[in-house]
Amino acid sequence: MNVMDTRATSAMLYLDGVHVSFDGFHAINNLSLTLAPGEMRAIIGPNGAGKTTMMDIITGKTKPDEGTVLFDGVTDLTRLDETRIAELGIGRKFQKPTVFESQTVQDNLLLALNVDHSVKGTLFWRGSRAESERIDKVLETIRLTDARNRLAGSLSHGQKQWLEIGMLLAQDPKLLLVDEPVAGMTDVETHLTAELLKEINKTHTVMVVEHDMTFVRELGVKVTCLHEGTVLAEGTIDQVSSNERVIEVYLGR
Amino acid sequence: MTPHMLTRSLDRGATIFLLVVAALGVLIPLSNLLLPAGSFLQVPTYLVALWGKYVCYAILALSIDLIWGYCGILSLGHGAFFALGGYAMGMYLMRQIGTRGVYGNPILPDFMVFLNYSKLPWTWYGFDMFWFAALMVLFVPGLLAFCFGWLAFRSRVTGVYLSIITQAMTYALLLAFFRNDFGFGGNNGLTDFKDILGFNVQAEGTRAALFALSCLALILAFLICRSVVSSKLGKVLIAIRDAESRSRFLGYRVESYKLFVFTLSACMAGVAGALYVPQVGIINPSEFAPGNSIEAVIWVAVGGRGTLVGAALGAIVVNYAKTFFTSGVLAPYWLFMLGALFILVTLLLPKGIVGTFSAWREQARERRPAATTASAAAEDGITEPKMAE
Repeated sequence: MNVMDTRATSAMLYLDGVHVSFDGFHAINNLSLTLAPGEMRAIIGPNGAGKTTMMDIITGKTKPDEGTVLFDGVTDLTRLDETRIAELGIGRKFQKPTVFESQTVQDNLLLALNVDHSVKGTLFWRGSRAESERIDKVLETIRLTDARNRLAGSLSHGQKQWLEIGMLLAQDPKLLLVDEPVAGMTDVETHLTAELLKEINKTHTVMVVEHDMTFVRELGVKVTCLHEGTVLAEGTIDQVSSNERVIEVYLGR
Repeated sequence: MTPHMLTRSLDRGATIFLLVVAALGVLIPLSNLLLPAGSFLQVPTYLVALWGKYVCYAILALSIDLIWGYCGILSLGHGAFFALGGYAMGMYLMRQIGTRGVYGNPILPDFMVFLNYSKLPWTWYGFDMFWFAALMVLFVPGLLAFCFGWLAFRSRVTGVYLSIITQAMTYALLLAFFRNDFGFGGNNGLTDFKDILGFNVQAEGTRAALFALSCLALILAFLICRSVVSSKLGKVLIAIRDAESRSRFLGYRVESYKLFVFTLSACMAGVAGALYVPQVGIINPSEFAPGNSIEAVIWVAVGGRGTLVGAALGAIVVNYAKTFFTSGVLAPYWLFMLGALFILVTLLLPKGIVGTFSAWREQARERRPAATTASAAAEDGITEPKMAE
């Protein structure tokens, strides 16, 4: 067994030599990245760096042209579809908050719970005490207990972001992919979100894509900077932000 | 608070709807059969048949609302499932004619004798038995919907593309059924029915019974739809309607859900067609016309998409209007009126009649508590000075 394989088997998420191009545009270019179990990683990078495409690849929305994507050491994600990947335990929060607007906050969480998701299971579903307790707990965590019966569409932008994080919690995946959780949030909300993610990270592996540097600094975790679909720099926020190539990319050449 | 009220009011609406349908299903046949003809309260037989037709349309509308209103699948070919159910029933009725046909052939229906068939095509086997025909009423539309849906939903055909291929499906069936050599009566279709389960289809008693059965089927269809949409599966359907890819990322197999609800809906449409045929006395390929399916979607839009009660109501209201306007001087303009109705509803009542009505009631409810507090305060205001005096 060579070194690469050992790395692959111990990592929660392992990307190696991933390429994706859309009509000749190389969105992801020889991307390699490893996330250890229990780690929280912040991904930064200018627009078009391939952050969202990377999440699309991990969650099965986009198939890579070449490269390895392994989850939990053994599962090849490139062969599976979104539903299967979600069942395996990868949850995703979208860049634009995507909640089920015409349903209540409580029902949004109910839909996210990682219980039987089959047609038969949902048709004959009867709520259980354990389920409602879990929903109550998530509602408390995301501070939406009072809004539980409101329609998700009537929530403020920040509350929707939280509801979506709450849905991730209800889903209870092994790996959470969080795309721009604080976009459009006030400073207070941003701070609370950082606290929330740190709390979540105690029991889950998390990957956060974010533009907001104050927020990334507050998370205080290892940072990966992407540029043109490949890793430009990796390290602490101070190391990365003082990296000359990173500065060059952000300020333009 | 709000959604609870909404469900409660919908529940009340559903109860009223069911009671009205049940009452009509009992009272109309009774009035037709028991009261003397020409009496003020007697419902003439032609009206029983006409309203029976509306009730069948209401079932079709429910089946469309189930997939369109709750899962966002806009089928513009649902008339095909309705017609297939109708053909299955028509084939049974044809085989009941027996030797009473013009050619008196005990096995072959008249059109087959006329077209020089030597023996019964295999597709007609078993249709002399009611139970088999009844099974086919569910099975044939269900199987078509399952195969069609399996291919379409697995390939993630959605939105307008799905609507277009459903149109193509019903149009293809229209062309096939028009052909004499397809074996289902060609452009004349199936007609001249005599008996159903041994009863004369033309008899008043049979018509009244068919009407009552149609009402019963409408009630059952409504209860099935209602239990589907109020289960957790119903929430998943709405989730798929509103954010399909989000549902996938939560681990729901969207294509299975769509396939389930689409097939269920097709079976319901088939039952509607099967009840329709003995009441109108004919089934021909024009039932597959794409226009019919589009018209059925308009009923749902007019009544209120995603409300179930609205769909059934829309079917009845639009068809009543159709009967009313196509029998007078305005007859040539009916299609323009239907088009105008659709445009007006889309622009002015996007939620349809029932949707708009419940939105009003919702607003009124929200306003009322505020109003009571305000008037209470006003009363206090009046009493206080008095006290001071």
